[in-house]
Amino acid sequence: MRKEYSMHLTDEEKAILEGKEGETMRKALESVVLYGQIFGAQKLASVEGGIHLVTSFGIPLLKPVFALVDELIDAGLKTPQPFTVDPRPMDFKNVPVNFLEKFIFKKIMYGKQEQYEKQLRKVGLRDDKSFTCTCYMEEVGNVPGKGQILAWAESSAVVYANSVLGARSNRNSGVLELLCGITGRAPVFGLLTEEGRRADWLIEVKTKSLPEAQILGSAIGMKVVEEVPFISGLTDFLGNKLNQRACDYLKDMGAAAASNGAVGLYHVEGLTPEAVEKSRGLLKQGRRSYIIDAAELKKVYDNYPLMWKHPSAKPKICFIGCPHLSLRQIYEWLERFETELKAAEKKKLAVTTIMTAAPAVADAFVKDGKAYSGLTGIGARLTSICPLMYMNNPLCGRKAVITNSNKLRTYTTARYFTDAEITKIAVGGEIHD
Amino acid sequence: MTEKEKEFKGRVVMSGRLSGEAVVSRQGFNTLASFRKDTMAGKKIMKCSDQNNTDVFGKVLTGRILCLPKTIGSTTGGMILQTVASMGSAPAAMLFSGAIDSLAAAGIVLADVWNGNRIVAVDNLGEEFLACVEQGQKVDVFDDGRVIVHQS
Repeated sequence: MRKEYSMHLTDEEKAILEGKEGETMRKALESVVLYGQIFGAQKLASVEGGIHLVTSFGIPLLKPVFALVDELIDAGLKTPQPFTVDPRPMDFKNVPVNFLEKFIFKKIMYGKQEQYEKQLRKVGLRDDKSFTCTCYMEEVGNVPGKGQILAWAESSAVVYANSVLGARSNRNSGVLELLCGITGRAPVFGLLTEEGRRADWLIEVKTKSLPEAQILGSAIGMKVVEEVPFISGLTDFLGNKLNQRACDYLKDMGAAAASNGAVGLYHVEGLTPEAVEKSRGLLKQGRRSYIIDAAELKKVYDNYPLMWKHPSAKPKICFIGCPHLSLRQIYEWLERFETELKAAEKKKLAVTTIMTAAPAVADAFVKDGKAYSGLTGIGARLTSICPLMYMNNPLCGRKAVITNSNKLRTYTTARYFTDAEITKIAVGGEIHD
Repeated sequence: MTEKEKEFKGRVVMSGRLSGEAVVSRQGFNTLASFRKDTMAGKKIMKCSDQNNTDVFGKVLTGRILCLPKTIGSTTGGMILQTVASMGSAPAAMLFSGAIDSLAAAGIVLADVWNGNRIVAVDNLGEEFLACVEQGQKVDVFDDGRVIVHQS
């Protein structure tokens, strides 16, 4: 071995670090070991589920990433289990772009997209439909079981897998998760351990109705940052079964907590698997408290900065689905829009509305011809891109974009509105402050 | 040690001995938002492009001693750090007041193992370190995790 390692390593791992499986494999495992040692990991665990990558975009300047993946390919390495990856950045068929925007997307921003996707296929990408941030949807099929060790990177997926499914993944960085997948090993620290999964915070939700998931998650994320919250008061509204409605709510709440803070795991009293099993025994001694009522949620919402170049601009585009929508949510949005359109005596949405879902989820919706023609009939579009990637284009980023996603609000200039507000604005075309 | 020098001791994450000019983010440093603009533009000397971080927005990051509590934001953070380092545009050192986060740690390891680019890193320097160090001050970093801030 070239270096001294403080971690306990198996004979096989030592042999790899001595180069017995080649220089590239040695570097891959060395990266995983050094990374783990920084966090005091004493050993590596076998990665039990398919990994999920965050890096889905072929931005030419990511040269060291492309070079690293080429090195893996040249060494004949690939992940033992097929993997999924975050959404693609472009879909010119379903997402409107002008000539200049298309040129910038294809030739400048994501000029290496095709080449990068070819690379991904060679190192273990499952298939062409595997581009989504919600790989854990049944239709997509990268669904880890309770207690399974993972190495995922996409923050909204990590928090869902840990919290709702009870799997175990740290919030890994892009590339590091690929190296965990290639080596089949993840360092044991943080959210992979029992102690790391105990709660630092008791969050008491004291509202008269179900809070907006995206604002509740935002409030929690900003308060606890990367620590683990235990949330009480939600079963009054969500019930105590993890049905699709509850899972969708937790998906959106978790994504907001993960992006407005850095939450990798939360527990919901009486609902999420570990909270059901261990209840308040999950709370650490000395845990802190945070009470969230309607006034607190309003305060959080009112403090979101407006980043539009022209604050009074009329909204041009509405993005719904960051993270990607479930099949149930697509139907729910269609119903919301149809009801609002009927009340307003209108036939079509006034704002270009783009709904995003995993390719397999979108396919399932499109198969329902009546519902799909209803959606396109009101002028909405269904795609599988990443809205964040779309907004990364400087031309698109300047547009007056509205969204119900707190993640999209956090990382771009998009303006956040609640589901009810978005529905009215998309139908009427006006913002009434 | 003079009255105008203050010493702190942290944990070595990536060792190195160097001196440089401090750029100080007292809030979480969003790696993607900070490097996105100049990385996309392929600039060699990178300035912080994160408008939400008024501490360092518009300030040069390349070659500086970046003092911060931790990095925050997208899990592409480590990969961005690796990329910036491979372009020769990374901070010379990252000094964390608290424990290093998983994204920064991954970036520092990836840059070192795969590209031979070292970003010196020390963590657990304490809250007082971040309260004491000011923009533009000279900072010395030692192999053993000592950091000296020249408060001129």
